[in-house]
Amino acid sequence: MWHSARRRTQIPPADDGVSVGSAIAHDSAAGQIRGSAQYIDDMPEAANLVHVAPGYATGAAKGRITRLDLDAVRAAPGVVAVLTSTDIPGKNDCSPSFGGDPIFADGRVEFHGQVVFAVAARTREQARKAARLAKIDVEAETPAVTVEDGLASGETVLPDYQFLRGDPARAKDGAANVVSGSLRVGGQEHFYLEGQVAMALPGEGGEIHVYSSTQHPSEVQHLVANMLGKPEAEIVCECRRMGGGFGGKESQASQWGCIAALAASVTGRAAKLRLDRDDDMIMTGKRHDVRVDYTYAHDDKGRLAAVVVEFNMRCGYSADLSLGVCDRTMFHTDNAYYYPNVRIHSRRVKTDTVSNTAFRGFGGPQGMVFAERMMDEIAIRLGIDPLDVRKRNFYGRGRDVTPFGMKVADNIAPRLIRELEKTSDYRQRRKAVKAFNRQNRFLKKGLALTPVKFGIAFTLKHLNQAGALVHVYTDGSVQVNHGGTEMGQGLHTKVAQVVAEEFGIDFDRVKITATTTDKVPNTTPTAASSGSDLNGMAAKRAAEIIRNRMAEVAARLHQATTSDVGFAGNMVRVGEREIPFAELARTCFLERVSLSSTGYFATPKITWDRETTSGQPFLYFAYGAACSEVTIDTLTGEMRVDRVDVLHDVGKSLNPAIDIGQIEGGFVQGMGWLTTEDLVYDASGRLATHAPSTYKIPTASDVPEDFRVTLWDSKGNREPTIYRSKAVGEPPIMLAISVFSAITDAVASLRPGRVPKLDAPATPEAIARAVRSMREA
Amino acid sequence: MPTVSMTVNGKQVSGEVEGRTLLVEFLRENLRLTGTHVGCDTSQCGACVVHIDGNSAKSCSMLAIQANGTKVTTIEGLANGDELHPMQAAFKEHHGLQCGFCTPGMVMSAVDLVKKKPKASEHEIREWLEGNICRCTGYHNIVKAIQHAQQTM
Ligand code: FES
Ligand code: FES
Repeated sequence: MWHSARRRTQIPPADDGVSVGSAIAHDSAAGQIRGSAQYIDDMPEAANLVHVAPGYATGAAKGRITRLDLDAVRAAPGVVAVLTSTDIPGKNDCSPSFGGDPIFADGRVEFHGQVVFAVAARTREQARKAARLAKIDVEAETPAVTVEDGLASGETVLPDYQFLRGDPARAKDGAANVVSGSLRVGGQEHFYLEGQVAMALPGEGGEIHVYSSTQHPSEVQHLVANMLGKPEAEIVCECRRMGGGFGGKESQASQWGCIAALAASVTGRAAKLRLDRDDDMIMTGKRHDVRVDYTYAHDDKGRLAAVVVEFNMRCGYSADLSLGVCDRTMFHTDNAYYYPNVRIHSRRVKTDTVSNTAFRGFGGPQGMVFAERMMDEIAIRLGIDPLDVRKRNFYGRGRDVTPFGMKVADNIAPRLIRELEKTSDYRQRRKAVKAFNRQNRFLKKGLALTPVKFGIAFTLKHLNQAGALVHVYTDGSVQVNHGGTEMGQGLHTKVAQVVAEEFGIDFDRVKITATTTDKVPNTTPTAASSGSDLNGMAAKRAAEIIRNRMAEVAARLHQATTSDVGFAGNMVRVGEREIPFAELARTCFLERVSLSSTGYFATPKITWDRETTSGQPFLYFAYGAACSEVTIDTLTGEMRVDRVDVLHDVGKSLNPAIDIGQIEGGFVQGMGWLTTEDLVYDASGRLATHAPSTYKIPTASDVPEDFRVTLWDSKGNREPTIYRSKAVGEPPIMLAISVFSAITDAVASLRPGRVPKLDAPATPEAIARAVRSMREA
Repeated sequence: MPTVSMTVNGKQVSGEVEGRTLLVEFLRENLRLTGTHVGCDTSQCGACVVHIDGNSAKSCSMLAIQANGTKVTTIEGLANGDELHPMQAAFKEHHGLQCGFCTPGMVMSAVDLVKKKPKASEHEIREWLEGNICRCTGYHNIVKAIQHAQQTM
């Protein structure tokens, strides 16, 4: 079993020359620690490159544009071109789905920060300064800012959607306890350390090559082509690496790629756009915040009979990816629990604010926070340990079908929880927490152990495909390209490990190159945690095709059969003989056998039909659990996380170091979302928290020193995924719900039986308010 | 335009800058030392940390002319040829990075810490890093790497 914490086993150092399953350092690490790994803003610039800055109507959130006076912008020093919607020869849209996301606002402003024009100038500073000189008058209308505003206006970006099973109304009537409530869960800014950036180079005959920090190069290519009215074949989009993505560069990197491409097309010069951080926070969407309204019914043991829940998701001004995001909230409303009678309803509320978008977990976390809040409430009211309430509601025999009709066939949650309960010493610590709370008047401790069950696959069926391109060169070195993008999650490292394993060669003989649409076309976004599941498999298939050809050559030349040929340790064994891998590659060339192949993979078993709410949306579930202990100061609302124990299931790990890194990083990001990261909009729809000075992202001192992460000792994924591994990108975010539950537990200790009024994020202010609410009559 | 000169990574350099040119711009644009990153533009994330006369500083919030006559070290100047600085080696070995964007600033801050407080406790390391945001790693491996470098530096 693999552990991370100082207090336990260390991750062993990277071992050279072994592949799948070993803790190889990130493939870019060597360059990153030297400062030589290039991000887009670090790339050499063409001599006449222009810098592009976007401009918007600073004084308005919504209304018709009555005057757009850009004369002063044009006249500013260094300005080469000013771009508006009228400069777009093709389609003025950068939406990933349903349209309605103009690249430049056309006639109307729909949210505060919507881009109206862009200016290209000799230097970045000249461009940014010039952008401020615009005079934009807007016939201002009152914007809908909050969920309540949006509900009052009645407007939605997409139709409602619902899962229904059984008869929740009847089940409620017969139940001993029926409870209604409402919970707010806040949004979250991605704060990828590298802000949005793109650089476009004009080529021969109007071709454009866009370097974009994007999770979805094919979409940038597609949107640039549409914008310029050109065939996709004339546009290339390339991404070597991102300085973080987290979903924020899935659909919302496109606009910046489009604007850079338009500037390059109009000026005939290389054009680069890097958003200023404040602009980035104002102009790009975030995690959906939500108001959850619910009623549930349970017996005196805490077992649920019925759950009726309505998610009012704040989508912003357009659909963007809200369909998938809001659906996934519904898919994870059950978390690991069985709801016999259930109605899950989702409203996709339109507000006049930036369009909310993908964020690690893609809506799932919001659904799960509700599930865990419900468990906590039941436990508090009945005076039962919350862990016992959770256990009583787990999926199990005869109670194993989700609200959307999928059978939970691989349910390891109960076993995993039992193990973490033991290793985290939960029961003993529960006693200690109670004793502490008896002895301390102002400081109170809370403890919570919560599960995660997260479905793996895109719920939009056609996205579950990937391609790869593998070349073996005559010196035996190998180049791999695949459709996935690298944002720090270690995807390239894992894929290279897979290819090294297939050829039986050292990891450092495999070179991964930038993701680019001219090598692997028609790719899907790197998202839904499925990067290695999809691209690892596609690369494996490409490698297998070449390996089989090489095996045939070896067998033919040495009078053997291909079943006698094996690849390991940089050698190819043919019966008794051993040939260096490189020598066989050279022989294949001389024998005129191709050493290059594509590989393709489409996830099997995905049969989800959204219209009929039937079929299977996921290939499998990833599981995990976390136990968190916190201390709150009831006078100030301050909170400290004292200890965290995590047990997480990654199937058979492709790379334990990378997987543990994903778990730790995901947990801390989730903890930030639920405790300190508070997005504040003012009444006129302006984001007040548009820099890390006002938007609090966890720093090293906010993270528990005692942080123990263990990988579940898995026999491997039941499904034949790549080397029986499981996806790990998103699930860890939701482990942090244990912190939110532990805070609830600490506040609840003030008055047994009363449920604290605590919304997420549980900032010190929110905790202080919740504490006060416990003292009210 | 004023001329600034300074020693950067052991080399004497000079260049014409505007009075308002930031040190980070001078490093990245004039000298093409792009290992020093800009994460926030406003002195909060620490991606731009370099050493000025041996002390860590955020190069996005100081002017190039303020660095006139100083000795500047950037992430590119830390290694000794092929041989990594012990802090760089520790970050690699202990997986102290994911997307790597915060890494140059993180490493530069950490080197300064270990020089000033070789025996810093875990708690002190975490407090020292408060000016450096990492959105990927959760900091655990970064702290581990620094603790390891405390032994090797
Ligand atoms: S760029 Fe200097 S602190 Fe963020
Ligand atoms: S490794 Fe990505 S921000 Fe630190």
